[in-house]
Amino acid sequence: GEIGGGRWGWVGWIPCLLTFLLVSCPGFKRPLSTSERVPRICIVGSGPAGFYTAQHLLKHHKLARVDIYEKLPVPFGLVRFGVAPDHPEVKNVINTFTQTAQSDRCSYYGNVTVGKDVTVEELQQAYHAVVLSYGAEDNRILGIPGENLSGVYSARAFVGWYNGLPENRDLKPDLSSKTVLVLGQGNVALDVARILLTPLDLLRTDITEGSLAAIASSKVKRVWLVGRRGPLQVAFTIKELREMVNLPGARPILDPADFAGLRDAIKDVPRPRKRLTELMIKTALEKPGEKEAKIWASATREWGLKFLRSPLEILPTADGKRARGIRMAVTRLEGSGESATAVPTGEVEELECGLILSSIGYRSLPLGSSVPFDRKHGIIPNHLGRVQGVPGLYCSGWVKRGPTGVIITTMNDSFDTAQSVLEDLQAGMLNVSNTKEGFESVRSILQSRGVHPVSFSDWEKIDAAEVARGQLAGKPREKIVDPQEMLQLIGH
Amino acid sequence: MAAAGLLGAVATLASRRLLCAPPGAARGRAAVLGPARRFGASARAWRSSEDKVTVHFINRDGDKLTAEGKIGDSLLDVVVDSNLDIDGFGACEGTLACSTCHLIFEDQIFKKLDAVTDEEMDMLDLAYGLTETSRLGCQICLKKFMNNMTVRVPEAVADVRQSIDMSKNS
Repeated sequence: GEIGGGRWGWVGWIPCLLTFLLVSCPGFKRPLSTSERVPRICIVGSGPAGFYTAQHLLKHHKLARVDIYEKLPVPFGLVRFGVAPDHPEVKNVINTFTQTAQSDRCSYYGNVTVGKDVTVEELQQAYHAVVLSYGAEDNRILGIPGENLSGVYSARAFVGWYNGLPENRDLKPDLSSKTVLVLGQGNVALDVARILLTPLDLLRTDITEGSLAAIASSKVKRVWLVGRRGPLQVAFTIKELREMVNLPGARPILDPADFAGLRDAIKDVPRPRKRLTELMIKTALEKPGEKEAKIWASATREWGLKFLRSPLEILPTADGKRARGIRMAVTRLEGSGESATAVPTGEVEELECGLILSSIGYRSLPLGSSVPFDRKHGIIPNHLGRVQGVPGLYCSGWVKRGPTGVIITTMNDSFDTAQSVLEDLQAGMLNVSNTKEGFESVRSILQSRGVHPVSFSDWEKIDAAEVARGQLAGKPREKIVDPQEMLQLIGH
Repeated sequence: MAAAGLLGAVATLASRRLLCAPPGAARGRAAVLGPARRFGASARAWRSSEDKVTVHFINRDGDKLTAEGKIGDSLLDVVVDSNLDIDGFGACEGTLACSTCHLIFEDQIFKKLDAVTDEEMDMLDLAYGLTETSRLGCQICLKKFMNNMTVRVPEAVADVRQSIDMSKNS
């Protein structure tokens, strides 16, 4: 008979009609042809590494679905908890991360601690690929006597405190000391010095209310940044140094002797190191310009750089409970440039101070027995982001490379790891014809353990509440520092 | 949404006014998956084709991307408005807080660009693959003489900041 026509021709339209109805129903899972398999990828950690890895995967694979897990209810990692409150423009990346989280093939699951609420093995069962991007939540220790005295804090904890990281909210640092010593000369050291010395009217940022109040009644007048090596080995960068030199109400104390002969030494070094050193030399040796002269003349606070000093012992008060000072070895340099080492001269120096912040680096922690960890370097052993010896497991960001670099460094590194995942997908190394359920499998595991994940729209409610509270105080936001309060807010 | 982030960006942009952008058109730009973000009133009057400038971008993979912008647009605006496929471009949305909009210019164009400020140089110093004719795209605004120029997107491997930090004694 005729096709599509004749007395019973209409019957032929039934399969077509049914298919149309089925496909247009929400939730219908269209059976996939052999050429279309949906890779399900899980990312552990929602800081820049997690989000940039997700972004690159979603952009360069048309079908992949990416789920981002985060142990806190709120996302964004160090962008929220590490970047200084007076550097809001650095946090603009949150906008692009928000777009990623809101896109179709991406889901966010906060309040889920991988390693406790769900294991890496369970995630590997549920996903074709798992990317570990959980960063560096700990810090390097000095390893000297007196390190645990009251009045000694890691810069990491101090930054966490003023940035509202829940685990540091009860730090209660004692800011009654006139002099603060920061051990380390990186950008984090400059951040903490700047936050301690910035005039209060410039701190109406997203710094927490509690820490702002503490800083308001702080007695701190002078901050030293102490380094084991010399001016040519400082780890901070020029933008941050310039900010410090121009800080209203504060005056730099740089010893001209530290900079003698340095102009010649930097004649042929690369431009970044050269300009950075030139700024220090200028600040130390030259008469200040009109703008600086004005600031320095009326300055009530000071900051300075001390070089060639290596901490030996933190000295206690008479009752043995608090820090009252520090004993340091005077060092000299062997070798030059970036690889110079500090060697003790035998001389020793003591400084009085009641507050010591150790800013010698963050540190990653191992996740569990199923994930290899290189304790010496504090990273997950990997090659181009592929975890050694564990197919289907990847890493990106600080836990892959070590805890240094800024957002752009992590961005490039995350794109690199995403590239490895994409290559492995293309080469058939991740068996996507083996259907994985992704969050659907994880959901029941979490339920059985009494864990309630926080969605991205839940975060948006928390976000809106923080912004609303901030408005009352003339701040961009007032961060909620209690995870329980966050969960209550979203009705968990 | 991350409203505070947007507020922060607008406030900062207001204080870092680029000389070329029309007044009142404060905006942050980012190369994102979706359509370009705009905030604030950008009252753009109709402009004739005389105000259009064509720019060619040689991407990292060698592809040539061609886009058009209006005089006064920054190169970051051009990339974002035309949705050019350049990974990670403009992370800080034009606020001189990163170096992801690093571009390399032809000699004859480079010579005619407005002088680089200390602020721009500070961030440029941290860009990977820095050359004698490098600038940050968010600081370069389109002028007539740039019509049909070609700029190169440099390789985006780890920048100088990382190598400085990694040299700490362990």
